[in-house]
Amino acid sequence: MATGRTYLDWNATAPIDPAARDAMQAAAGTWANPSSIHAEGRRARALIEDCRERIASHLGARPEQLIFVSGGTEALALALTGTQPSQVIASATEHVAVLAAVPGAAVIPVDAAGRLDPAALATRLLPGALVAVQHANNETGVIQPIDDVLEVVRAAGARLLVDAVQTAGKLPLPASDFLAVSAHKLGGPPGVGVLVARCRDGVTATQRGGGQERGLRGGTENLVGIAGFAAALDARAADAAWMDRAGVLRDRLEARLQAAGGEVVAGNASRLATTAMLRMPGTPAETQLIHFDLAGFAVSSGSACSSGKVGGSHVLAAMGVAGADECIRVSLGWTTGVAEVDAFADAWEALTHRRRAA
Amino acid sequence: MSIYLDYQATTPCDPEVVAAMQPYWTQLFGNPHSQHRHGWEAAAAVDVARGKVAAVVSAAADEVVFTSGATEANNLALKGVMARSHRRRIVTLATEHSCVLETARWLEGEGCALTLLGVGSDGIVDLDALAAALDDDVALVSVMAVNNEIGVIQPLAEIGALARRAGARFHCDAAQGFGRIPLDMPAMAIDLLSLSGHKIYGPKGIGALVVSNGLDLAPQLHGGGQEGRGLRSGTVPVPLVVGLGKAAAIAVERMSGDRASARALWDTMASTLAVPFVINGSIGARWPGNLNIRFESVDGDRLIADLRRLSISSGAACASAKGRHSHVLEALGLSRAEAKASLRIGWGRFSTEDEVRSAAVMIAEAVEAQQRQAA
Repeated sequence: MATGRTYLDWNATAPIDPAARDAMQAAAGTWANPSSIHAEGRRARALIEDCRERIASHLGARPEQLIFVSGGTEALALALTGTQPSQVIASATEHVAVLAAVPGAAVIPVDAAGRLDPAALATRLLPGALVAVQHANNETGVIQPIDDVLEVVRAAGARLLVDAVQTAGKLPLPASDFLAVSAHKLGGPPGVGVLVARCRDGVTATQRGGGQERGLRGGTENLVGIAGFAAALDARAADAAWMDRAGVLRDRLEARLQAAGGEVVAGNASRLATTAMLRMPGTPAETQLIHFDLAGFAVSSGSACSSGKVGGSHVLAAMGVAGADECIRVSLGWTTGVAEVDAFADAWEALTHRRRAA
Repeated sequence: MSIYLDYQATTPCDPEVVAAMQPYWTQLFGNPHSQHRHGWEAAAAVDVARGKVAAVVSAAADEVVFTSGATEANNLALKGVMARSHRRRIVTLATEHSCVLETARWLEGEGCALTLLGVGSDGIVDLDALAAALDDDVALVSVMAVNNEIGVIQPLAEIGALARRAGARFHCDAAQGFGRIPLDMPAMAIDLLSLSGHKIYGPKGIGALVVSNGLDLAPQLHGGGQEGRGLRSGTVPVPLVVGLGKAAAIAVERMSGDRASARALWDTMASTLAVPFVINGSIGARWPGNLNIRFESVDGDRLIADLRRLSISSGAACASAKGRHSHVLEALGLSRAEAKASLRIGWGRFSTEDEVRSAAVMIAEAVEAQQRQAA
């Protein structure tokens, strides 16, 4: 058991919110198949539809625009392939779930601050294209100028898919044609997510059979997971100030590390307040991860899904970050406190001093 | 309080499964792909569950690819095999689950060829017809283990032998059979097997495709490549995987006990039901927790509406929500009227003899009331 350890890898996954856990326990009593027409089935259906309304309102959508899926990866895949776009255009720092789903996608570069240039996008756009852009990057927290991107996309007769996996429950969500959200990044359970399709025209199912989700996603709904998802979004919305608290802690951490010789990737960019990509010059990320693990901190060198694999971060490479292999990601959550952040800064300073002395 | 007799639609989660998942909903929440202690603990739990699932079907742990359920597993099996095969044809049965049939028809639209084999009035595949349909253009034979509507069990070992001889892959949708009947992938020559958590007293939102080692399959969900060496992307939901593993282990432990009690409840239902009925599908080759029956001069939907205290169905849940008729009963040769006069009654681990006996009395009364009105 990982007790007594400090978890600072909230962008990989978050602990389930107690409110979500309670909602899931309550929902476990409503276990029937929501497509069944008997009383148990109708109760399960009613629970899903209640959750759909709550989730929709948190995401700034209408209930009928929601398609429940197994997570962020499936939500993205459904939009990318289920809309059969004439072309997919993605920023170079998109999650691998986007880049790997459409190997033929046109890739738009980002600047050193990780930002996509809407004007550069405009020159590549064709009608019928689908543009995939993250609201905020999972590794650096850099927030993309979605409103400007949307303007350019609309002017070209294209459509916009926003990957909001890292921002739902954290920031107000932008307008878009499609929005992908995962429950386990915001205090809900793993195994459930949603695609918001503001316009269902031209969307076809990619996972076929059964006709659930109004024909757009076959498979018995993950009822308990959906209940946890809704409760987690309720909990995030009920404590709207948590992101401000996280921002204060993140800035405090970065200030200390910068004073000790550390560098913050895209430090001047508009970033998600929970996320810091930090460079310790001269110390490989691998060395840092081992040190922090022994010291009791869970941090990462980037995206969890690729951190077990060889090869550096495509995000940092796209930004041209110097010393990308000396960077680690620290990400905070709603229960992260000042003592945890200070303890991590102490450990960071201890390592950098030891490395300099050696 | 109503009596739940719709165990083919879904099953309640076993309390032992709920208990096994509990710590993974809370303190052990790590992302199994993270390279730190929280992640390693989660990854270890996934590995244990993987072994438990594999053991049920005599597979190796690394052959298990966790998915969001049987629908995803079936989609992955059919699309994944066809994308990588130079052969073009899929052979399947008219009585398969709608997710297999819809995926096969979609593949047909993409340029694959499709042979839909009929079944006998007992619901069982005609092995001679299958053998005749197999040639060197058949890439995949897809046949379910236990039918979700009528409970009949297909002769899997014979089908597997025929498919192998023809050089085709054999996919078995075992959503209703996994953990209920003995399944041995190597012995039955099953190359791909789909299963679902919520049909075996596990959680919803999780399932698996077991893929024989060495079989080349095209991924359908791309990204981090977390499962099956890149075969399926998306963060693996650890609590659900742990729950599926526990459910699989319990199913193996209780396989003969569960079967014997299902059989005893079958006898109770059949002997208590005091109106004439005809059983749809084979009686011998059947999972005894399913009874699909029809009555003279009744309307099944009205019967279900009349039987307010019973949770039963006229067929697959996903079809019943849309009022579709049963393609399975049609394939048995039933007329539209006979299909409409049919009920699917399913019991399982938590059903009691009292419940089944009361249900039989209620069904008989409701059937007689309708028949009196019709007369």
